[in-house]
Amino acid sequence: MMAKIGISSLDELFSTIPKDIMLKRELNVPSPMTELELIQLFEKITQKNNYQNYLSFLGAGAYSHVIPYIVDYLSSRGEFISPYTPYQPEVSQGTLQVIFEFQTLICQLTGMDIANASLYDGASAAAEAVLMAHRLKGKSKVIIAKTLHPHYRRVIQTYVKNLGVEIEEIKYSETGEFDLKDLRKKLDDKTAAVVFQSPNFMGIIENLKKISDLAHSVQALSIVVVTEPVSLGILEAPGKLGADIVAGEGQSFGLPLSFGGPYLGFMACCQEYIRQFPGRIAGQTKDVDGKRGFVLTLSTREQHIRRERATSNICTNQAWCALRATIFLETLGREGLKELAWQNIQKANYALEKLSQIKGIKRKFKGNFFNEFVLEFSGGFEKISGFLRKKGIIGGLNLGEYYPELKKCALVCVTEMHKREEIDKLAAILKEGVKEK
Amino acid sequence: MIREPLIFEISEKGKRAFSLPELDVPSKKDILRNLPVRDEIEGFPQVSEVEIVRHFTRLSQTNHCIDVGFYPLGSCTMKYNPKINEKIASLLEFNSSHPAAPLDLVQGNLEVLKTTEELLAELTGMDAFSLQPSAGAQGELVGMMLIRAYLGERGNPRKIVLIPDSAHGTNPSSAHLCGYRVQEIRSNKKGTIDLKSLAQNMTEEVAALMITNPNTLGVFEVDIKKMAEIVHSKGGFVYMDGANMNALIGVCRPGDMDVDVIHLNLHKTFSTPHGGGGPGSGPVGVKRMLKPYLPLPIIERKDGKYFLNFDRPKSIGKVHSFYGNFLVIVKALAYILSLGYEGLKEVSEVAVLNSNYIRKSLEREYYLKYKTPTLHECVFSDKFQREHGVGNIDIAKRLIDFGLHPPTMSFPLIVRGALMTEPTETESKRDLDLFIDAMKQISKEAKKNPEVVRSAPHTSYVRRLDETSAARNPVLMWMEKKKIK
Repeated sequence: MMAKIGISSLDELFSTIPKDIMLKRELNVPSPMTELELIQLFEKITQKNNYQNYLSFLGAGAYSHVIPYIVDYLSSRGEFISPYTPYQPEVSQGTLQVIFEFQTLICQLTGMDIANASLYDGASAAAEAVLMAHRLKGKSKVIIAKTLHPHYRRVIQTYVKNLGVEIEEIKYSETGEFDLKDLRKKLDDKTAAVVFQSPNFMGIIENLKKISDLAHSVQALSIVVVTEPVSLGILEAPGKLGADIVAGEGQSFGLPLSFGGPYLGFMACCQEYIRQFPGRIAGQTKDVDGKRGFVLTLSTREQHIRRERATSNICTNQAWCALRATIFLETLGREGLKELAWQNIQKANYALEKLSQIKGIKRKFKGNFFNEFVLEFSGGFEKISGFLRKKGIIGGLNLGEYYPELKKCALVCVTEMHKREEIDKLAAILKEGVKEK
Repeated sequence: MIREPLIFEISEKGKRAFSLPELDVPSKKDILRNLPVRDEIEGFPQVSEVEIVRHFTRLSQTNHCIDVGFYPLGSCTMKYNPKINEKIASLLEFNSSHPAAPLDLVQGNLEVLKTTEELLAELTGMDAFSLQPSAGAQGELVGMMLIRAYLGERGNPRKIVLIPDSAHGTNPSSAHLCGYRVQEIRSNKKGTIDLKSLAQNMTEEVAALMITNPNTLGVFEVDIKKMAEIVHSKGGFVYMDGANMNALIGVCRPGDMDVDVIHLNLHKTFSTPHGGGGPGSGPVGVKRMLKPYLPLPIIERKDGKYFLNFDRPKSIGKVHSFYGNFLVIVKALAYILSLGYEGLKEVSEVAVLNSNYIRKSLEREYYLKYKTPTLHECVFSDKFQREHGVGNIDIAKRLIDFGLHPPTMSFPLIVRGALMTEPTETESKRDLDLFIDAMKQISKEAKKNPEVVRSAPHTSYVRRLDETSAARNPVLMWMEKKKIK
């Protein structure tokens, strides 16, 4: 090969690089490792983690759910893992049809007309939705519920900071719901969108219809964020309750917790907003022989055609995560997803009932909830949390870290993964812990 | 070959592929009272397990992928993805830990992140890294935001970002998303940035020069230090798109070229699988003065323990729901450690060797607009074949008949009919020769029998698809027959 190129040493390949830039020393990187050494090293590193030995009730935007084995089995096929974005549809029909099915499933779940091929994660999907509303409405104000996941609110702030968008936050009411009174006060004709989460960060199911109607009363868009999409197995589709854009996190659909990533941002909207919709989209078409096939389409919205005038800068998204969600949803199917949602809401209700009977612990918000709820500990959560830890339990998320006014409170998540005995164990140990102080 | 239907088309009432254990708590019937409940998810499929397995297995078989063969998609660095890295990322304590877990229970995860940051800093000569951006384009956006925050704090965030006309589309798009106006700089005859044109355009309203090095032609920007001097003299920053870092590992470092900000694509240079379009990971590296602005949180170490520092008032804020695409980062770290310092340098050497071998072997058959020496990729064009009515799309489609994936065609915009070819280091001479022979054969066909090229592909699962009507009459989801009217 070197003879063909006409060089006598590999260094000549780099002769265009100026001498003063060339690295004159070896990289300070350990020596090469064999497969065996590598796996041993990483096993050692995982031993410095110890999360699996705890009974955990953490949720807050990342949920522990069952993953049917065929999700792992099928998604690990090299034909799905090792291609890139389907730029050549003739050799990418697998990826493209999966995206098309994913888009269909997201539309069916959300009740919207169109969905994209995925975005990075729930937070960036929410931010893209805000940017989209800003472009569509040409107005500067965006109203955001304080019960939108705190990380999502921060990501939105990062995204809009340099674009002249002004954000106003809406309080939550005594029931933990979106405060409609506060919304009425702040809504005006400068408002491009109202952004809220349901079930919200406190676990409470919002009244989508009322909030959306209010948003529409000033021609603002209603953006519904969903961080726990299993809830859509049982709750009415946001699209039927007035949502204009639905954005969210699809991790619950077949993606392990993975210390926060890779997850799956999804987004869906009404047909009329299609030209401002961000991200890749697969569409159905025919080939020269009249056979059905799928292609990436509407790419005149995208960066590789429109450059600085694109609807988003996104290129690589989370296609493989969308594949897992597609396999997950098709495996659970119509009955399975409903049953999954039903078990979540039942178990969470069972847990709340048990836990709120304990003296010194009370339910903080009266609103309807899905699989998360807030408990208030009369003696504060921090101490109890330490006690639980000693007993091998992570009782929930300390809300004081995000909402100073809730410093005595914890967000507790119960899913189908928690057995009744485990919920009972949490109750028993909490009882003991509350007494102990 | 079986035409695989959509799953919705084989759905039958009552079928199921999965069961949950019986509900083990008392069921409360009235639990949904007062709630807006749906009857059923209209259209949602009902299929059996074996139907799902066959569905996805058959669909997978219609994909070309790295595990099957050559994939010289320029600028995408489609290298082989070592399988052991998948195994490592699937270790239970990595893939099942909750992002809000108490930090003392996830010290191993934080060690992975911190170690990766440090190694990337060493490989690039930068001072600090954030691993949070989920892909290259988000890395670009974060990089631009860092610059804007720094300048803004000093009174004027400035208005313009300079970008060469050879750049990838995400560059102008990311700069725009950060509130900047994009000013394009023309490439010179060598395909590189013209110093004079840069000097003329560089004013105190320019926040940054955004370059790719080697650029999208595969050409090293030899004047990079002079460019940096011009940009720095007016108080601007040099941003480097690290998409082509596969040409430089262990050879030279952006930090030593006076680059101020860089993003890397772990799914390119560092071998994490592309997954059909993600997940990727686009870490951002900076020089010291930009460190205070990095996304929240940053990982620090104190008394032998890792912790997350959120107390950083100058930070641009959060850019990810949690800490980035963690499992992708695990795979990249495994890749770096498996190769070590010897292997990493060899990556770039062989990547550049392979690319130059292809270039030399095909330069007579395919036009090279720029004669400048290239590194890891080269951009041919269809100029010779166009004389016979054969365009780059036809060549690409014909390659499919040879079992090969076509090169990139959508850019750089400065080469008409581009065929941007990046073989990567993981291809053997035999695989390169297969590609070279196919390309030569197609060049012959273009002269003697152009129709066979123009009507390609002939053997694929579907043949040329009508993209125009797909965009004109978008069908973006499946609908039940009775509903389409």
